[in-house]
Amino acid sequence: MVRVDGKGSGALVEIRDLDKKYYRGGEEIDVLRGLNLDVDAGEFIAFMGPSGSGKTTLLNLIGGLDAPTAGSIRVAGEEISALSGRKLAAWRARHIGFIFQMYNLIPVLTAYQNVQLPLLLTGLSKSERRKHVETALGLVGLGDRMHHYPRQLSGGQEQRAAIARAIVADPRILLCDEPTGDLDRASGEGILDIISRLAKEYKKTIFLVTHDPVAAKRADTVLHLDKGTLLECTAEGQFVCEPEEKVQ
Amino acid sequence: MKYLHLILVNLKRKKLRTLLTAGSFLVALFLFGLLMTIKLALSGGVDLAGADRLVVLNRVSLIMPLPIAYKEQIQRMPHVADVTFATWFGGYYQDMKNFFPNYAVDAESFNRVYSEYIISDEEWAAFLADRQGCIISPALVDRFGFKLGDRIPLEGTIWQGTWQFNVRGIYKVPRREMLTSELWFQYAYLEEQRAFFKGTVGWYVVKVDDPVNAVEVASAIDARFRNSPFETKTDTEKAFAAGFANQIGNIRLLLLSIGGIVFFTLLLVTGNSIAIAVRERTGELAVMKTLGFSDVSILALVMAESLFVAAVGGAAGLALAKLFTLGGDPTGGMLPYFYLSGKTLVAGLGLALAAGAVAAFIPAVGAMRLKIVDALRRV
Repeated sequence: MVRVDGKGSGALVEIRDLDKKYYRGGEEIDVLRGLNLDVDAGEFIAFMGPSGSGKTTLLNLIGGLDAPTAGSIRVAGEEISALSGRKLAAWRARHIGFIFQMYNLIPVLTAYQNVQLPLLLTGLSKSERRKHVETALGLVGLGDRMHHYPRQLSGGQEQRAAIARAIVADPRILLCDEPTGDLDRASGEGILDIISRLAKEYKKTIFLVTHDPVAAKRADTVLHLDKGTLLECTAEGQFVCEPEEKVQ
Repeated sequence: MKYLHLILVNLKRKKLRTLLTAGSFLVALFLFGLLMTIKLALSGGVDLAGADRLVVLNRVSLIMPLPIAYKEQIQRMPHVADVTFATWFGGYYQDMKNFFPNYAVDAESFNRVYSEYIISDEEWAAFLADRQGCIISPALVDRFGFKLGDRIPLEGTIWQGTWQFNVRGIYKVPRREMLTSELWFQYAYLEEQRAFFKGTVGWYVVKVDDPVNAVEVASAIDARFRNSPFETKTDTEKAFAAGFANQIGNIRLLLLSIGGIVFFTLLLVTGNSIAIAVRERTGELAVMKTLGFSDVSILALVMAESLFVAAVGGAAGLALAKLFTLGGDPTGGMLPYFYLSGKTLVAGLGLALAAGAVAAFIPAVGAMRLKIVDALRRV
């Protein structure tokens, strides 16, 4: 269940009256204004909208990478905007997996070592870490290329490794920022297949930022973000409710 | 240990830069090792001086003699356990460049007062039995190939002519840093052969019954000979060694100045290198933070890289310095205590790590404070 009217309760992610302002060159820029969102566990949501509409900012706020100017973000009952830097880092390691458009693998580490990174923060033994990494890489179909460096992988394979890194610590939420934006159609489809599988089979709660209607179609719900507010729409951009009825 | 791999791969990504940074530590710590060795050598083994020994000199100057008759008078004073004396001879072997310290000693008492030097009874007996006998350092054996029974001619600089000596013993020392390149011969031989300063000695060495009585005995000796033609100046052996070193100038200040400049340059080189490395990896550090690495762990990783380079480069530099000093005094006697001690090695390694930490601190704090969103935007 996904709601944008701020009237839900008990959802995995609860966002209330969220404001985010940036200051550039002395000018105040309102990116998000009074945004509300309730997302239950296991939902697959796509955020669409024009460039600069605040999609990535919203994703960063949900993932605790940035702090809101006003409002609250509760994830699994925990108010993350109130967490200190250290607690927030630990919270991210436990609950959130990030997938970036540019993969962001560490170039001097192999696929295996990249995927292992989040597990270094856990108390797992070397053999336990190995088991987790092999499982994650196997799930994305990279079991046979785990000792390759990013430069030895194709774009699609790099993104698969990045997905494996995002899921290796078994987070509840995956935040995907245009994961197919830098890939050709076939590779992109492969990545979307994996993300869909993670939602359906592994019940991950997925937030996908995309400009691509084909990618957005994979989601259970598509939300349109424009001028700092959210409303539900179809992947083709048709609003489920009229814009004037939207509830912020 | 699970982060060691991460540190190593980051250092290996720019091998030349890492090598040059480690090389800076190597050079700096090699220099540190040598400077400290020279400092110790110039201070004449102040640290090695006996706490229970006093040195009695002529109050006017180190080169002015004292009457030999003082020995018995000093011997009778309270808290005096033993007395010996020596006279600087200043001869050289074949050529001036072959100079090494050589002096006439009181054969009867010298090895009792300087009991740390190990000489077999047979060799000491042979030395006593031969008026031209001498005891030499193993350093001279290494340098000139002398052996027991050899005849060594020394050209006198104070008392002219060629003086002949027979090697009757080779002393040993319990600690390598005590190894000097000396030659001792019998005072009786000098007294018999010299034309002037007869009946005098260069200095006395007084062994006190307890180091706590050293100051009292020193005052008593100087008081005893005050207003005599040969007034004395008595100091602990340590103070004597330090005073001797200070004649050369403020060595400590000089060495600290050179060392300070070297380490300041090292800080700039390393700090710049780490800052560049952090700037190049801004995006990666942001990704690591995204994955859950805390600010402190990022700081620790950057610091660890610098400390690793400092430790490896510093240890290599100190090892080279140690190797260099193992060859002994390179000046052939001017720096008798040419030895790099374990304490200096530990201090050097500590200094290298401190320099590594200070150099990396600002870049590491920058990495720690990195805002993820801003850094990712730059990727």
